[in-house]
Amino acid sequence: MFNAASTTPGKLLQMLAALLLFAAIMGVILFIAGRLGRGKRGDKWVGYLYLAPAVLLLLVGLVYPGLRTIYESFFDAAGKGFIGFDNYKTIFSDKDELTVLRNTVFWVVLTPFVATAVGLLYAILVDRSPFESVAKALIFLPMSISFVAASVIWKFMYEYRPDQGNVKQIGLINQIIVWLGGKPVQLLIESPLNTFLLIVVMIWIQAGFAMTILSAAIKAIPDDIIEAARLDGVNAWSMFRNITLPSVRPTVVVVLTTIGIGTLKVFDIVRTMTGGQFKTNVVANEFYSQTFRADNQGLGAALAVLLFILVIPIVAYNIRQVRQSSEA
Amino acid sequence: MFGQPTSPRFRAVLAGTLSAGLIFSVAACGGSDDSDSDTTTDASASAIDCSPYTKFGDIKGKTISIYTGIVTPEDTPHINSYKPFESCTGATVKYEGDKSFETQILVRAKAGNPPDLAIVPQPGLVKQLVATGKAVVAPDEVSANVDKFWGKDWKAYATVDGKFYGAPLGASVKSLVWYSPTDFKDAGYTVPTTLDELKALSDKIAATGAKPWCAGISSGDATGWPITDWMEDFMLRLYGPEEYDKWVNHTIAFNSAEPTAALDAVGAYLKNDKYVNGGLGDVKSIATTTFQDAGLPITEGTCFMHRQASFYAANFDKKTKVAEDGDVFAFYLPGKDASSKPVLGGGEFVVAFADRPEVKAFQTYLSSDTWANTKAKLSSGWVTANKGLDPNNLTNPIDKLAATILLDPATQFRFDGSDQMPAAVGSDAFWKQATNWITGQDTKTTVDNIEKAWPK
Repeated sequence: MFNAASTTPGKLLQMLAALLLFAAIMGVILFIAGRLGRGKRGDKWVGYLYLAPAVLLLLVGLVYPGLRTIYESFFDAAGKGFIGFDNYKTIFSDKDELTVLRNTVFWVVLTPFVATAVGLLYAILVDRSPFESVAKALIFLPMSISFVAASVIWKFMYEYRPDQGNVKQIGLINQIIVWLGGKPVQLLIESPLNTFLLIVVMIWIQAGFAMTILSAAIKAIPDDIIEAARLDGVNAWSMFRNITLPSVRPTVVVVLTTIGIGTLKVFDIVRTMTGGQFKTNVVANEFYSQTFRADNQGLGAALAVLLFILVIPIVAYNIRQVRQSSEA
Repeated sequence: MFGQPTSPRFRAVLAGTLSAGLIFSVAACGGSDDSDSDTTTDASASAIDCSPYTKFGDIKGKTISIYTGIVTPEDTPHINSYKPFESCTGATVKYEGDKSFETQILVRAKAGNPPDLAIVPQPGLVKQLVATGKAVVAPDEVSANVDKFWGKDWKAYATVDGKFYGAPLGASVKSLVWYSPTDFKDAGYTVPTTLDELKALSDKIAATGAKPWCAGISSGDATGWPITDWMEDFMLRLYGPEEYDKWVNHTIAFNSAEPTAALDAVGAYLKNDKYVNGGLGDVKSIATTTFQDAGLPITEGTCFMHRQASFYAANFDKKTKVAEDGDVFAFYLPGKDASSKPVLGGGEFVVAFADRPEVKAFQTYLSSDTWANTKAKLSSGWVTANKGLDPNNLTNPIDKLAATILLDPATQFRFDGSDQMPAAVGSDAFWKQATNWITGQDTKTTVDNIEKAWPK
């Protein structure tokens, strides 16, 4: 019954069956809720019952695997012998793993700030201009492309062809270098340049997100504040410094942290463009290759835990900011 | 309050409808299961002698599931080659191809949901599957077929702790060098028969100002693997099959003298700016050129030789004629001298997870010469080391060349070493370090790092 169907009608039938099953389960919950929802504390019980499926799925899908991963991170490659903190020691002492950490730092420090800065600047520049919607659509478009597709596009941008006889460049960047009289460069091999070139892709994708959110925040600044500032005769810089930025500060923080979380987990771009070769590896990709390719479950789990630990403070800060800004 | 139904009558109706829905949905799931029971007999698949399979009892109407990494378009000849078995026994084979077979098969075995049969492309993975405790020892009939049709070495690859788990299926020859017969003829070059001649030929071509070799190792997260093949080929040629086995089994360290020298010998070709990289750039460009593109400069006249397995034929343009008198062909990467014939290759093994009669019968069929010849007639770009194979049944010239090499009694076949090494080396450190090596890391550091990654 749980085998995947292989023909189209079979698949449709299976989908229908799954929907019916879902409806049936929901119906059963509603039915029980109807019985329970009487008496003095009825509402409370109904509330718990409605929460139950979500809590159950969280336990099965998130809490249990999370705890299990932490447990496994203390075991060796085969997942059999207990080795204490050795996997963590490897992460912080092995030369390759240190490169992974270094790159992750580059990613997390650069991407959120540059993407947010670009987004903010762009939002301010196009604000209330006649071609605002077109300009916004342009920079927002990359958001709608998947990371893998974006990586493939940028791989062509960075593509290299040798400086040999009649061989022609097919990568834009190298073609520009050749037009300017330079020699084509193997952009994705030169370390640490290659890591920064990968970061550019992430910024290209995320700047649109930052711009959209920040633009909305800028539009929400009350007109009377702006008018008052104008009457006081502020120049553009001090308008930005003293009016716009303080007003959108909570939003800037939310955007920064959201992009930061996404960046920590970056995997697709690295895997698609370099496969983590040429010293461009990051934690998420290394975690995948250790677990599924090198068959080193322990080290893979330890890397996953490290990623989890790194994300927690940003997530906590993000949630606090979201709460504060919605209260304000 | 929450809008739940309060009338008892409505609730009863609702509950009734929902349980009916549940029953219906379960029935629907059950119904969508056997959607591909297509047993029409192909005209090309001739009738076969059924007696070897009927002795497993009446298996009419039974189903055997087979799970593989072989997907479109290579799956069609596979599925068609099962038809003679299906029509004579009345059993149905359910074929499931999956690109992520190599990780999924382990997941399925560990989760207790394995297929009846799996086509496993690496001896290392066979070992991992046996370690899950779900694989079943091959039946005596299969074992007898393998004794009859394959060399001892092939049987050993699928033998774990003295127990034999699966018959080989297909095979590939990796010790091949692609070249252009027309370009060779025009320039007056001859196919080398010893390693020294190969070197002399490379020097001769390099002296004209052309780059004799082209190579590429980019392959997603498996980047680096073509270098492992190069190194295995040279290990096999310079030190012989016995030393090669010691190296693969880690009886000698990865950073001991012989492997280090073998990698240096590869370096004399791949890290030699005079030799590479025809039509593609300098030495470093090997790292970013995909292995699929790496041999194409041969057809453009910017490169003369490209070392890659028999399956590379599929990468050439449809208009390119792959034949000894055509646009491209391959020659055997020569041994140290003309008398030794070491061959590096790969292959698949059929591992069973069930021992029902129909599964045993089908395993027996797959390990027979009958199947090998049926498959040979149906497919192109496929060979096997099954000695029962009549090479004349193969349709394309490169398959014939590969089969001739495989079936030559003088051939000393060795399985791809990185496929047999532990995953931490064979599919991780070896690839990564080889890539670092081609982008500038020295040989000593490279072999030291790989040795360090070997699981203790």
